[in-house]
Amino acid sequence: MIAQNIGFWIIAIVMIGAALRVVTTNNVVHAALWLVVVLAGAAAQYILLAAEFVAVTQVLVYIGAVMVLFLFGTMLTRARIGAESDLNNSYKKLGIPVGLIMLVAMGLALTDSFGDEKLPESAKIVSTQEISDQIFGPYLLPFWALSFVLLAAVVGAIVLARKD
Amino acid sequence: MIALLAEVPYWGQSLLRVLGGLVAVLLPAGTIVYVFLFKMMSFMQSRLGPMEAGPYGSMQLFAEVGKWLQKEDIVPDRADARIFKMAPIIVLVSTFLLVVVVPFGPEAWFTDFETGVFYALAVSSISVLGILIAGWSSANKYSLLGGLRAAGQLIAYELPMVLAVMGVVIQAGTMNLQKIVVAQNTGSMFGIDAIGHPYVISQFFGFIIFMIAIQAELTQAPFDMPIAESELVSGYMTEYSGFRFLIFFIGEYATAGVFAMIASVLFLGGWGVPFTWFGWTSVDDVANWMNIVGPLIMFTKMMLLVFVIMWIRFSYPRLREDQLQRFAWKGLIPVALVNIMVTAILKVVF
Repeated sequence: MIAQNIGFWIIAIVMIGAALRVVTTNNVVHAALWLVVVLAGAAAQYILLAAEFVAVTQVLVYIGAVMVLFLFGTMLTRARIGAESDLNNSYKKLGIPVGLIMLVAMGLALTDSFGDEKLPESAKIVSTQEISDQIFGPYLLPFWALSFVLLAAVVGAIVLARKD
Repeated sequence: MIALLAEVPYWGQSLLRVLGGLVAVLLPAGTIVYVFLFKMMSFMQSRLGPMEAGPYGSMQLFAEVGKWLQKEDIVPDRADARIFKMAPIIVLVSTFLLVVVVPFGPEAWFTDFETGVFYALAVSSISVLGILIAGWSSANKYSLLGGLRAAGQLIAYELPMVLAVMGVVIQAGTMNLQKIVVAQNTGSMFGIDAIGHPYVISQFFGFIIFMIAIQAELTQAPFDMPIAESELVSGYMTEYSGFRFLIFFIGEYATAGVFAMIASVLFLGGWGVPFTWFGWTSVDDVANWMNIVGPLIMFTKMMLLVFVIMWIRFSYPRLREDQLQRFAWKGLIPVALVNIMVTAILKVVF
């Protein structure tokens, strides 16, 4: 048991607890804040894997942008303080099976592709430069395709928001 | 200095790092509040400012802190108490996380983070979260409006900030703040290397955009719409009193200091002096005394930049909400994008 393993388990348990609170809490804003804990935990796990660029991206995109916009949206429309009674509804019956199927599918995919494989003792830290060489080299076409998807989303948002 | 540190066990080094972080955050914050908020603002408004506590009122800050600490910790009745108490701490923690990547000398840094600038931009966005939930949990319409305005403003001005930094990253070829400092001090312009190559000259537009974005990120006037006292009492801070208000207050000026440090690292050459002055060629040659002089140079540059921020703050009237958003989206972001394109083209050509 090395320090990284202990760190992994502590963060993982915190993440699972927070994830359960996201779906059980009775307040939208509380749920969003528990989700922040889950996402921050994911960033911490990336740091344990020595993937600092991915970890920082996770913080910048998910905590700094997505969650802030999420909270901004809920506070602008409906954000009562205290418990809300209509948060737990009948969609629960649909949600739990979907969640379980996702868990099984992801678990199978992971064990199928990696199995008992172990990371090398002294894993090499992948530098940011290597990541950018990969993105703008062999993976340039997928990167462009993704940019077009994002562009389409932005155009769509403008079309929806325009009044005329 | 490093030879000295190598003798210290790991827990001792960690303790020293924590103490160093406290000094690096609180000392600039205190100096900024006394020199600019107490004295410079008073001078600009033809008054003396605090004069009673200590010589020229220099102990006023300690008196204020003592006063705030004595006050009752009031939480509004209808507020969401746990989140209300958590919010100011999130804001302050993001400041402490920010100072971690700032280099103060050739070996005087907390951590040599490979993605330094990127990390700084990421953790600076965490404070938005604290401000937003502070406004919401206060159960006060003024607070909620202030929090929403703050979030809208910080999101809008984070983009030009990131885009302005990209120009520097393209020119230096690295995101590591230490290497950006070295690149500026070893570089030369047009074959003249007497002053190195501070990016404030080649990235002038980037520097201006970055400084405007800092001004907005710190919600200093003319971008103080979120705490506009004539409309919103004091925005998201309305319900806070005592030491929780103090934490917000320290957070505001400490963040001003840390952002000014990052700006001086990115554009003014950070802790360094041009290496040719002393015949150094790389960061390994730099003499050990730079670990003492470097932080002082950083401090001077930081005070210079904070002076500019405060000067503008005390001089300009507040922008309206729509002007503020239009300025960011239609003014700063296009200019920053053009700046990136020109920088990238010039980088390839030369």
